[in-house]
Amino acid sequence: MADKIHLKMTVNGQPVETLAEPRELLIHVLRERLDITGPHIGCETTHCGACTVDLDGKSVKSCTVFAAQADGAEITTVEGIGSPDKLHVLQEMFREHHGLQCGFCTPGMITRAWRLLQENPTPSEEEIRFGMAGNLCRCTGYQNIVKAIMAAATEMNAAKEAAE
Amino acid sequence: MSVATPLPHDAAALHVTGQARYVDDIPVPATTLHLAFGLSEIAHGRITRIDLSQVRAAPGVVAVLTASDLPGENDVSPSVHDEPLLAENTVFYHGQPIFLVVAQSHLAARKAARLGRITYEEQPALLSIDDALAADSRFEEGPRLFRKGDAAGAIAEAAHVIEGVIEIGGQEHFYLEGQAALALPQEGGDMVVHSSTQHPTEIQHKVADALGRPMNAVRVEVRRMGGGFGGKESQGNALAVACAVAAHVTGRPCKMRYDRDDDMTITGKRHDFRITYRAGFDDEGRITGIDFVQYARCGWSQDLSLPVADRAMLHADNAYYLPHVRIESHRLKTHSQSATAFRGFGGPQGMVGIERVMDHIAHHLKVDPLDVRKANFYAAMAGASGGSIGAEKKPEAVPQTTPYHMPVEDFVLHEITGALVESADYRARRAAVARWNDANPVLKRGIALTPVKFGISFTLTHLNQAGALVHVYSDGSIHMNHGGTEMGQGLFQKVAQVAAASFAVDVAAVKITATDTGKVPNTSATAASSGSDLNGMAVKAACDTIRERIALHLAETHQTEPARVFFEEGRVFVGDDVMSFAEAARSAYEARVSLSATGFYKTPKLAWDRIAGRGRPFFYFAYGAAVTEVVIDTLTGENRILRTDILHDAGTSLNPAIDIGQVEGGFVQGAGWLTTEELVWSDKGKLMTHAPSTYKIPACSDRPAVFNVALWDRGRNREDTIYRSKAVGEPPLMLGISALMALSDAVAACGPGYPALDAPATPERVLAAVRRVRAA
Ligand code: FES
Ligand code: FES
Repeated sequence: MADKIHLKMTVNGQPVETLAEPRELLIHVLRERLDITGPHIGCETTHCGACTVDLDGKSVKSCTVFAAQADGAEITTVEGIGSPDKLHVLQEMFREHHGLQCGFCTPGMITRAWRLLQENPTPSEEEIRFGMAGNLCRCTGYQNIVKAIMAAATEMNAAKEAAE
Repeated sequence: MSVATPLPHDAAALHVTGQARYVDDIPVPATTLHLAFGLSEIAHGRITRIDLSQVRAAPGVVAVLTASDLPGENDVSPSVHDEPLLAENTVFYHGQPIFLVVAQSHLAARKAARLGRITYEEQPALLSIDDALAADSRFEEGPRLFRKGDAAGAIAEAAHVIEGVIEIGGQEHFYLEGQAALALPQEGGDMVVHSSTQHPTEIQHKVADALGRPMNAVRVEVRRMGGGFGGKESQGNALAVACAVAAHVTGRPCKMRYDRDDDMTITGKRHDFRITYRAGFDDEGRITGIDFVQYARCGWSQDLSLPVADRAMLHADNAYYLPHVRIESHRLKTHSQSATAFRGFGGPQGMVGIERVMDHIAHHLKVDPLDVRKANFYAAMAGASGGSIGAEKKPEAVPQTTPYHMPVEDFVLHEITGALVESADYRARRAAVARWNDANPVLKRGIALTPVKFGISFTLTHLNQAGALVHVYSDGSIHMNHGGTEMGQGLFQKVAQVAAASFAVDVAAVKITATDTGKVPNTSATAASSGSDLNGMAVKAACDTIRERIALHLAETHQTEPARVFFEEGRVFVGDDVMSFAEAARSAYEARVSLSATGFYKTPKLAWDRIAGRGRPFFYFAYGAAVTEVVIDTLTGENRILRTDILHDAGTSLNPAIDIGQVEGGFVQGAGWLTTEELVWSDKGKLMTHAPSTYKIPACSDRPAVFNVALWDRGRNREDTIYRSKAVGEPPLMLGISALMALSDAVAACGPGYPALDAPATPERVLAAVRRVRAA
């Protein structure tokens, strides 16, 4: 086996260091070496989005990124967006608008939506539909997911206005 | 009261923060080993040689097991012991597990599993329905038959006769969390298993047999699944047994999760069907006699195919009264994945058959299919919804019977359809679609309204039972456990609402705990939409027992009657005294009153003879209706759903938000099955669509642009179910049939012929159908 490589990255605001195989995927390093199990494995072929994380300001599917490519990167997973007693508005809206059933797709959905709302703070329903098209959900039929994201956008914009 | 309120999913805060644990997220000891199967690469043949030397030599491999290494029974079948965990001498499908690799990591196990060298003597593979029919390869001695009246005679005398055939494809579950299990060996050879399964008792049973131990040596725990849809009713057995056996052999914890390709290659799917029909009807389209033949492709082992095929027969009528009817069902054995449970459990296929007939009759008579459907509806009954009836038809005194001789007493589709036709503006839109089609040569629109009547109960009557265990602690907090499993359907929350209502406390006071075979034994699978009906009642029974004990105790201490003890809004009123529920619990504890109880429920009124096809297999029916409008491109066959309106009957819903979620998700899954989700096997029997890259489930962008979903506000179960609610897990899937029928309507606008559209109606099939109707 090839020698392990030494990786340094920032995950959810914390600097982390770990060893990994040269061809090890980011999702496996997150889940198995760093115990960050929010990002899930649904397909390992870039199609389902369950493994979505934020890497240097972009949504990526961590099942298709080598951990080596993330060396030095800034990574945010769903765990970094909020916690059960301190939910981010987006998380609160998913809860309130029933944007989940089995919940397996949820961490990927939230992480993607979190970035989407930064890319486009006032998305139309259509833009949400297409912006989220890379994240599959087998349970909900998406209706409530879209509603939750719309509601979060409204709340976040209202909060921003209030702050200004 | 906590019931009938739209509370969020109980674990929502955990899900949105990534804290909710699935099997693969459970922290494991560092010594844990990981498993992968080596799979057959042919569909049928004798194994002549197994060379695993390279597998054993691969990095990280700890052990490799074949059938002869297994300590106990080599079987993972949920029914007739015909499904070895590892193939013995013969392989029966492409993808069948032959050997088991135990390695240091998931990846090491998977890589090593590819290194097996298996030599086969290939035998002819029966892949299709035609192959199986030609070879008379089937389960059971011959076809099953339901009959009522004289179908052949009625057809012979009918004013009109049509006949036809529809091919209906299968469906991959694509639960987002793949199959997974974890086995932790305990002292004295006991085993604890965590499994992503809808049926913990079955896992316990199969693991016990595989280890040659009694069931009490095995404890199975299921906190949640990342989706099930029937695909985790029996298909998790193999992983759980493999983990337990490997844990037994190595003495170390063992975990297995299928990679998605393995998952799709190994596990069973929805049965694909061919249904032929011959129907006689009058000038109004009213069916006088009908003959169906259903062919189900069951795959290599029996699994749950008999009850699935039975349920297809039981839904061959859907919502329509068939006075003279004959239904013949063939359960064909083929060299393919063993088709299994999938939301609706054969019901959807049976229903597609009769909906095709309705569509075909309407085309023949050149009338609106909705009018044909309504003309064939079962008679309205007084009191069907427990309330008054505002039906278009006069209520009948005597209920009409199904093809299996069960009276239909709760038929509410006249009212639901009437309300939906109004709210969806069906008639005006139908006229608008016709105008659009006159004006547009390339894009054609279609619209259809289809109803659902779905029978609720397991057709294997003894499965209609459930148990619960409830504890009240001396601080007033409540611990609730029952036999149902949570797969996203919101069962745990609904049942917790029932428990909270029993004690009149806030639902937050109820701790929802993982399903555990050590707490509630001998449970049925969470299936057949029965989860809330059965477990809700069992939990209520347990809570009522405890509440009565508390009431009795307080009545004694306050010298009053137990009937004068009231539980309300977190408090208990006794005579002039009032205390918190916690104080009441504390007082009962100190008086040495037991605050723990089991509850049990069995569904009443059931009596069913599946061989004769007679009796009452269902406690009641769930109803709903959908209107879907689509557009097709006649040059490419591409198509899109433009709008869907649904009105669904959840009885008096326990949680309307959860139920609406089930309806929306069910519809999208059903529409996916009948439109984009196509399974393709090679002519060698290899599944070619074994990943989301080639198998297309609906995405966020494939939605109906307008999607109006409502629960029927006058719904109330006339049967005595938990708070008069109705099961809602499976029925909405069949609302998706409206998408197929709308596509048929759009194709019919292209020419004089009948589209005879098969499912899934992929662009290719739509295009072929357009050409057919034009050529006619
Ligand atoms: S697991 Fe990465 S996209 Fe599916
Ligand atoms: S909630 Fe189950 S996959 Fe989205």
